[in-house]
Amino acid sequence: MHTKFVKSFTVATLLAATFNSHTAVAADKIIKIDGSSTVYPITEAVAEEFQKSTKIKVTVGESGTGGGFKKFCRGEIDISDASRPISQKEMDACKEAGIQYIELPIAYDALTVVVNNKNDWVKSLSAADLKKIWAPGSSVKNWKELNPAYPDKKMGLYGPGTASGTFDYFSEAINGKAKAHRTDYTPSEDDNVLVQGVSGNEGGLAYFGYAYYEENKDKLRAIPISAKAGSPAIMPSPEAVMNGTYQPLSRPLFIYVNATAAAFKPEVKAFVNFYLENAPALVKEVKYVPLPPEDYTAVKAHYKAMKPGTGFNGTPEVGIKITDLLDRIK
Amino acid sequence: MMSTNMTTETPPAPASALKNLGEVRAMIKRHKLNDYMFSLIGLLALTLALLTLLTLFTDLVMDGYQRFNMEFLTEFPSRRAAHAGLLSAWVGSALVMLVTFLVAVPMGVAAGLYLEEYAPKNWFSDLIEINVTNLAGVPSIVYGLLALGLFVYILDLGQSILTAGLTLGLLILPIVIVSTRESIRAIPIAIREAAYAVGATKWQVVYDHVLKYSYGGILTGVIIGMARALGETAPIITIGALTFIAFLPPTPVTDVAPFINFEWLSSGFTVLPIQMFNWLSRPDHAFHINAAATGAIIIVVTLLMNGTAIYLRYKIRKNIKW
Repeated sequence: MHTKFVKSFTVATLLAATFNSHTAVAADKIIKIDGSSTVYPITEAVAEEFQKSTKIKVTVGESGTGGGFKKFCRGEIDISDASRPISQKEMDACKEAGIQYIELPIAYDALTVVVNNKNDWVKSLSAADLKKIWAPGSSVKNWKELNPAYPDKKMGLYGPGTASGTFDYFSEAINGKAKAHRTDYTPSEDDNVLVQGVSGNEGGLAYFGYAYYEENKDKLRAIPISAKAGSPAIMPSPEAVMNGTYQPLSRPLFIYVNATAAAFKPEVKAFVNFYLENAPALVKEVKYVPLPPEDYTAVKAHYKAMKPGTGFNGTPEVGIKITDLLDRIK
Repeated sequence: MMSTNMTTETPPAPASALKNLGEVRAMIKRHKLNDYMFSLIGLLALTLALLTLLTLFTDLVMDGYQRFNMEFLTEFPSRRAAHAGLLSAWVGSALVMLVTFLVAVPMGVAAGLYLEEYAPKNWFSDLIEINVTNLAGVPSIVYGLLALGLFVYILDLGQSILTAGLTLGLLILPIVIVSTRESIRAIPIAIREAAYAVGATKWQVVYDHVLKYSYGGILTGVIIGMARALGETAPIITIGALTFIAFLPPTPVTDVAPFINFEWLSSGFTVLPIQMFNWLSRPDHAFHINAAATGAIIIVVTLLMNGTAIYLRYKIRKNIKW
């Protein structure tokens, strides 16, 4: 009985090994990418064009920023899409596995705060207002509680799920600490669900990436945001993000490239160069905000110099300049 | 004793029966009303179920009809919704289904045959029986987690077509086992006895009679299981299917000897429901049209599969004469 079991197990392992050797053969020409669903449309566009012009195969998954880093730090993928910087835990995991990475900002996204079309009382919100609403343990349940001038209307809160990079960034930018966020709201990983929630609830309020607002302008109203009470409220727009006035809710998006792959796999190297070369046009096409041209130049130089590491200390930072970020990595 | 009974319990006199006639008629009427009410409730339930499906399907078709063309089936995914197609998704689905079929059918039929024909009837086989039935109700995500641990990491098969096929094969295994056993049980005992009587061995009985006559029922179970596997998303996402894949796996059939290769088994893949899910979560409404079209296609294929199952069962049953 026992030997039989061992025998069948050996057969299974052998079988696995056979298929595995095939994987190795097939894998050496495929660039594997996974990670954030926010960054996905940009990477997909680049992958599509790259594959058309070079015939090198690229696959892109969307396991989320966290899921992507998990695979990245196990060495299963060449590039990880991320809508937030790598966390301390993920840095440790990569270090333990001996995986080094090159951190490349590739675009901006403007987190957009939206309300229902019928909401005519909110003209603008300050970061302090947002904190009042979204702080952990916040008890604001009615618009009147936020500002006595607002009508007596129940507030319906919608936001991304806790695993999302958007959630991490928003809580860092508004509440001062990543993942510090009230819990009694309707979460969904699918931003279209948030759009539906707010468009069907007069007192609704949500935040998500700019692209989802752009596509649903007829159903929702975006709220201008002021960084401090009294400073001018800025409407989210590509221009406002690019000139740095839309604060604190504009955030950089990243790709993390496996440093070994970048150095020793010519196809990965070519792909990233292609990415940075074509990002300005493709990022705009999929409705995200490109970096200013001088920043792309800096990112390209950074990639060429192959400097591994992150400019962050494991948490997102608000209002950081791309060039300053790159300078931190020596 | 019987005769004494007969004499003590005299049938009621015709006169009293006539007296009760009104009551009896009222009772019959009441029971008929119950019948009528139940058939009405049943009809209502059926209509409701069918209407839901029909509404859903019509809605999908109305949203997605613009994409019902060959291009949709021959194009790879793209950032441009109007040019994005299902090619890698439907090929992925087809290959995964092929592996699922090759895994679930031999294992399921063999297990069903064993349990029904060979297994000793004791507490242990009862335990197995309970577990098989229970397995059919285990949420599919649990199979996904099992597959992630066992196939992807321990056996190191990777996020491949083979892994997905094995996972879905396991998922529909209970369905195949249960339908195999049920169609074996439907075979009259006389058939078996007749075969044994002319000196057939157990294997001859099983192979030439039991398997032949239960073929229709087994096939039905297999097709219904496959139709379920086609729409499964959760376990496939768990094992790590891709979303953007703009090339096809290596072909199973080649033009150089030995004419078949197994490289496609280790290829990355995507399947129809995942492609649909991805399009649905896009901000761009044009992608939602693609998602609706994909949904309609999945429903049509599932209906076709179930329809084939019913047709085959009918045809095979007609040819069997005991």
